[in-house]
Amino acid sequence: MSAAETSAAETAVVETEGLRREFTVGRRRARRRVVAVSDVDLRITPGEAVGFLGPNGAGKSTTIKMLTGILVPSAGRLRVCDLDPTRQRRELARRLGVVFGQRSQLWWDLPLRDSFGLLGAIHRVPEPEHRARLERCVDVLELGPFLDVPVRQLSLGQRMRGELTAALLHGPRLLVLDEPTVGLDLVSKERLRAFLQEVNVVDGMTILLTTHDLPDVERLCRRVVVIDQGRVVADDAIDALHARSGGAREVVVELTQPAAPLHDLPGVRDVRVEADGLRQRLAFAPADTTAAALIAAVAARVELRDVTVVEPSIEDLVRTLYARG
Amino acid sequence: MDDLRVHARILGSRVRGQLAYPVSFALDSLGQALGQANELAVILVVFAQVDSLGGFARDEVLLIYALAGISFGLADLAVGQLDELPRWIRTGELDVLLARPLGVLPQLVTSDLQLRRLGRSAVGAVVLAAVLAAGRVEPTPLNALLIIGTPLVGATIIGAIWVVTCSVSFWVIEGRELANAFTYGSTLTTAYPISIFGPWLRRLLCYAVPGAFVAYFPALALLDRPDPLGLPHVLRYAAPLVAVAAVLVAALVWHTAVRHYQGAGS
Repeated sequence: MSAAETSAAETAVVETEGLRREFTVGRRRARRRVVAVSDVDLRITPGEAVGFLGPNGAGKSTTIKMLTGILVPSAGRLRVCDLDPTRQRRELARRLGVVFGQRSQLWWDLPLRDSFGLLGAIHRVPEPEHRARLERCVDVLELGPFLDVPVRQLSLGQRMRGELTAALLHGPRLLVLDEPTVGLDLVSKERLRAFLQEVNVVDGMTILLTTHDLPDVERLCRRVVVIDQGRVVADDAIDALHARSGGAREVVVELTQPAAPLHDLPGVRDVRVEADGLRQRLAFAPADTTAAALIAAVAARVELRDVTVVEPSIEDLVRTLYARG
Repeated sequence: MDDLRVHARILGSRVRGQLAYPVSFALDSLGQALGQANELAVILVVFAQVDSLGGFARDEVLLIYALAGISFGLADLAVGQLDELPRWIRTGELDVLLARPLGVLPQLVTSDLQLRRLGRSAVGAVVLAAVLAAGRVEPTPLNALLIIGTPLVGATIIGAIWVVTCSVSFWVIEGRELANAFTYGSTLTTAYPISIFGPWLRRLLCYAVPGAFVAYFPALALLDRPDPLGLPHVLRYAAPLVAVAAVLVAALVWHTAVRHYQGAGS
């Protein structure tokens, strides 16, 4: 039932072919060309929510900036919302909502309300639509208490909620988010994720998201594109990626007494012993066993003090995929 | 036209902020005016010692100085924000402007409006009034048109030169010094008769960086006097055409420069 299955013939929101971008770095004699993005083929259909993952410097932001018309590609074909981002940047900007976690699109010295007013004018949003969209964001993101506070006095969490509102006021077809949750506390992150999920599922808005935060992706995206050293190393449903990345999940058991390494448990692929046997890390694949079954098996052998289940980080996931790819 | 209204609205939000601190605004304006008056003092001191400079009498030099000063103040008001371009590029803030459905240059121009820069124009206007009162310019309709049009045309030429030189920042982040040589250097090269400069600088100002069209040539027309260098008569009315050409070149260079934007790496 995913959007990808039902809309194979539908026009893509994003379509790239052989996308490439090089940079000149260094000065004078040390000058050299660096390939930031290379041969990226990407197709995103309406209503999809795609997570764009990769380590620092992998080329995520560069790709996003080419998609939004900020950077001009060195080579390759590129279409976003039926437009050429390089030649039709301004027209494209009306169809895109963009949130950069690292920089603000709001006016530092203006209250949020005035910033929204200016953005409404910039995008030429008719007044009733503007009011309706703003009301909804104020409602769901709880902007009310700080709508009249200058942006520079807002907390990071408050500002990010403002940024997201700013990106949605003109009713974009594609919402592009570059690390939207960076630096946020858990409550703010969760609030942002819930709203993004609503925008995607209820309104059917297409979302492309880069992040370092695996829970962001697991909450929002059914599809994940992994990029490393400028190349796409995986493009798949998120469950398939978890399965492919294999023994990345871990049960960490704390014991009341030191014990010998817990080998020969069903489904365990690797055992690492810490604190002289008081703590043991058992790596397993979800395909082989469940965390519950594994914990029960351990409890049958030794006395447990505490148990935690560790999810793989994005870095781990990428490393596993890349080593196999 | 719609874009203009949007820019006016952005600008309005900037101006309100400045007028909220009237004392600071007044002091800033005074500072700018003093900077301009400084150059006036230099001219007056020089003419206390000599009767002519490059073949021009004191009032004639003051006319050039006044026209150039008003032009410079207006240009500074309009595109002076480009001084901040290296910061926009280095921090990657330019990304935000590129993600909006507006031109980047107009957005930079309206990112701030430093009304205090009119302090320079004010001093120029006072000197211009004094020269006119002294009766050095015939009160004809053509001269009236020249006096009103020259500062606007001159500001356009200076503005175009600045846009071209600031575009360098897209290739060389530390290009500010080079750009400033042209921007603030132009206060010197436009405010004096070009006959006082050496032949190479003169040619540069006539044909490459058209500073001579800001005030020198229009002043020749206003004073109705022959060019001491014997340059073609028609040049003194050519400033509007030069301005159009300068704007076209600036637009082309700017467009190329923005396409060369490399971002800030995050």
